[in-house]
Amino acid sequence: MNRPMNRLGLLALQILVGLVGLAIWHVLTVYPVLGAPKQIQFFFSTPVDVLKRTWTEMSNPEIWGHLWITLQETVLAFVTGALGGIAFGFLFARNALLAAVFDPYIKAANALPRVVLAPIFALWFGLGIWSKVALGFTLVFFIVFFNVYQGVREVSPVVLNNARMLGMSERGLLRHVYWPSALTWMFSSLHTAVGFALVGAVVGEYLGSSAGLGYKIHEAESVFDVTGVFAGMLILTVFVIVIDTVVTLIENRLLVWRPQAGGQS
Amino acid sequence: MVGQRAAEGRKGGRTGMRLVGGTALAHDDAVRLDGVSIAFTLKGGKRYVAVENIDLGVMPGEFVAVVGPTGSGKSTLLNAAAGLLKPASGTVTVFSSALSGLNARAGYLFQADALMPWKTALDNVAVALEPQRVPRPDALARAREWLGRVGLKAFVDRYPHMLSGGQRKRVALAQMLIRDPEILLMDEPFGPLDAQTRQIMGNLLLDLWAANRKAVMFVTHDLEEAIALSDRVVVLSAGPAARIVGEFKVDLPRPRDISEIRLEPQFHALYKEIWSCLRVEVSRAYADAPA
Repeated sequence: MNRPMNRLGLLALQILVGLVGLAIWHVLTVYPVLGAPKQIQFFFSTPVDVLKRTWTEMSNPEIWGHLWITLQETVLAFVTGALGGIAFGFLFARNALLAAVFDPYIKAANALPRVVLAPIFALWFGLGIWSKVALGFTLVFFIVFFNVYQGVREVSPVVLNNARMLGMSERGLLRHVYWPSALTWMFSSLHTAVGFALVGAVVGEYLGSSAGLGYKIHEAESVFDVTGVFAGMLILTVFVIVIDTVVTLIENRLLVWRPQAGGQS
Repeated sequence: MVGQRAAEGRKGGRTGMRLVGGTALAHDDAVRLDGVSIAFTLKGGKRYVAVENIDLGVMPGEFVAVVGPTGSGKSTLLNAAAGLLKPASGTVTVFSSALSGLNARAGYLFQADALMPWKTALDNVAVALEPQRVPRPDALARAREWLGRVGLKAFVDRYPHMLSGGQRKRVALAQMLIRDPEILLMDEPFGPLDAQTRQIMGNLLLDLWAANRKAVMFVTHDLEEAIALSDRVVVLSAGPAARIVGEFKVDLPRPRDISEIRLEPQFHALYKEIWSCLRVEVSRAYADAPA
């Protein structure tokens, strides 16, 4: 598969895979291949129903309210988590004693599966958006923290020595060397961090809330409305792709100096 | 002073001469190492002496090349002169005062890429003036001028990764020279470049240096490059505990063209003479190298 393929051919193949998948789904759920279609549809719905439902959902203004809530939670979780991660990453990387003392606690906190915190956060912050922001924060914080910590620690010694020989003060080094280097590392984890902010939001909503996409899916699931669950998942997927595209645009804007989008992590 | 050294150390060579050991009249050197030894503690607590008892001075306006086999501690010596490394014993003197901390009167050109990859060529050069509190518009104007001087007028807005290896070295050269340091320390700066680019860069360096003569300490493993560029070639022995084993005056006329000077008979005689000294050390370095 080393042969370079033209873009159109590739796109055609990609669409073909999707269509074949949908066709199999359709045939297995509409025709009595595995059993009575009614029974099968209870568990798997049908692609046509899911698309129809997605369409009606999307044309209902209610869904935009849910999307707006989830978006708010995601953005807030990302911003607070990233700011916290940057601040502590810098602090710990520049202060070896602090890093050494807190090391076991950081490792322990990071090892904890954060989902178990969701009920506690619901208790502390209520069922509104803040318990979801808190859950997203704990996920985003550690990713950004570790990346910034690494970024500050692993500044190229040659670049650093060169900057020193140019006469830069500690403040100059921070501004011209450490900070940009840490940002690079942070941006290389941007997709992961934003993804986790969204996971925090949706999982939080799923476990207890009255609004948001996670709530929508949970609501459909609790009445065995499989079509509704799939429609919710489809909307969520489109939502994630849109957010990811926006992140890519921001990344390309901020990392113009980097060689040809090399760092795919 | 050079004359005195010549008289002292003449060994009958036609064009070069050989001086072993220290040099007299230390007080007017731009940078000077006296009895400098540098040691590192290796993993496992073993002590590794890189260079031992080095006496080396560079006068203002003098271009000194330091050659030696790989692992002879050439860069270590340079780092001591820059203040990046503290000698285990001996002193580093910069214009008659003992060096403590970084050598603020020196510029350093590194072998590896040392530009800030997140800044354009222009910003990389302009930022070198920030510690001197030059207002930003002035700094940018002067950076533009310097980039023009190294032949990169059309590339000011490029990021380092968009430049070739030679172009990056030009930016680094401008970055070092814009501060107008009195001492230039260069660590195999053209090592990673291809042969043609090296010659072009060498000529560029000589032109810039001729316009404003500084004390230069230039480390290289390439003897031809050392002779073509310098006023004096210092030969280091193979490490560990490298010492100076020879000093040769290069009295080829200036201005020089690096690619043409290699064809001169005088150049060949010098090369032969210095190589006979260096060859011993190079073969020792290979013999001692583990596996």
